[in-house]
Amino acid sequence: MQERTRNMATAETLETIYGLIAPINRKGVELKPASTFAVDLELDSLTVMDLVAEIEDEFDIVLPLNMLPDLETIEQVADAVEKIVSAG
Amino acid sequence: MDLLDKFDPIVELRSSLPFKKADPFKVVIDEVISETEAIIGGRHTILAGTNNYMGMTFDEGAIEAAKSALDNFGTGTTGSRVLNGTYGGHKALEATIADFYDMEHCMVFSTGYQANLGMISALGGKDDYVIIDADSHASIYDGCSMGNATIVRFKHNDPENLERRLRRLPEEAGKLLVVEGIYSMLGDAAPLKELLEVGKKYGCMTLVDEAHSMGFSGENGRGVAEELGVEHMVDFYVGTFSKSVGTVGGFAVSNHPKFDVLRFVSRPYIFTASLPPSVVASATKSIEAIKRSSNRRAHLWENARRLHTGLKNAGFEMCTPEAQSPIIAVHLADVMLGTRFWEQLLLEGVYANMAAPPATPAGMFLLRISVCAQHTPEQIDEIIARFKRTADAVGMDVK
Repeated sequence: MQERTRNMATAETLETIYGLIAPINRKGVELKPASTFAVDLELDSLTVMDLVAEIEDEFDIVLPLNMLPDLETIEQVADAVEKIVSAG
Repeated sequence: MDLLDKFDPIVELRSSLPFKKADPFKVVIDEVISETEAIIGGRHTILAGTNNYMGMTFDEGAIEAAKSALDNFGTGTTGSRVLNGTYGGHKALEATIADFYDMEHCMVFSTGYQANLGMISALGGKDDYVIIDADSHASIYDGCSMGNATIVRFKHNDPENLERRLRRLPEEAGKLLVVEGIYSMLGDAAPLKELLEVGKKYGCMTLVDEAHSMGFSGENGRGVAEELGVEHMVDFYVGTFSKSVGTVGGFAVSNHPKFDVLRFVSRPYIFTASLPPSVVASATKSIEAIKRSSNRRAHLWENARRLHTGLKNAGFEMCTPEAQSPIIAVHLADVMLGTRFWEQLLLEGVYANMAAPPATPAGMFLLRISVCAQHTPEQIDEIIARFKRTADAVGMDVK
């Protein structure tokens, strides 16, 4: 029951990203769309950048470094990914 | 709201480190005895962490030229390169560097950091892409932040990963590929041939930062691109005077016919004072000397290999399989061991660099040694012996 009215990232995109986060989720935090990388997952900025590289390869897109400051939660990343994928 | 409160976690981390008698971030060098020795905290110490690769800091010609420039031109220019800050010496230095690189044009900046800021921020415009190695130096990242281009990052020294990213970018867009010859923390050399070939295949202009490779790589000491015979694929070189050249300042060289326009659009070039005449004079003499220094280059490489082999045989975990540069780095398990090892080594009379995240890749803790061409084989052996004693003293497990 997610209360999301816009930028609906699909469950499939979210699941794919959860899968990429799993190996670095050392504390076993429960992954939710609203989970934040810095606070909830306690990932440092370098780890986040490596995760971004994995996401880029998984979806075959470019997620520019410039976008990272705006992507704080898993859902924000999923939305950004879908937007870039659909822009082709 | 105290604006400094946000740094409390950093203060906390620093005060948790178990330093007792020395602190790597507060080292004061009281007296410099030579290129390779100094008095630190009252102790006679071998310098093994200075970036003074070619040992040019006491070059007689460079010192004489600097003294003469001080007498004739004063202590500083008090102005920007584009106003009153360009003296004959600055133009002569630019001509010397262009000649050293066998290229047409050169711009001298006030630091190497600013050379990267100035080149990357000016070249990468709003609709362009700047593609950088993930382990790039902070000056490259900061040059990216300062400009308006879209920044794409590829896996360190990985041409295949670079190609995957370049393939996704618009074919017609302007692209600048930025790589370094030698990476300053691990001392690993870049596979420039493969990286530049991929870059050229996708229409990139290329910038190679030879800050940590100028002086000793390649027949004339131009860097890794010369060493690998791939200079024809380099559009811009960036370099520094604060490593092998032995003073401070930075530069960019190129054969591009429109290169000089950068003097009017590169803010880190324009909005700062130019280098003092004495620095300019010593840099010029030093670069002329470096060009002739093939024996010194050979000796530096011998030192680097001797140190790498010695530490490897002593059981230390090396960051590169062989000496790829005069930077020899050793892995340490964690910050606590790193701290104790660094401190004990200093007490043994060796100054090296403790390197920790975010300066290092992948959360690594390193002890980084940089070798100088003026180190004697005896000093290198002494550094190895003191490393072994330090490992014993801190209870480090070396096999």
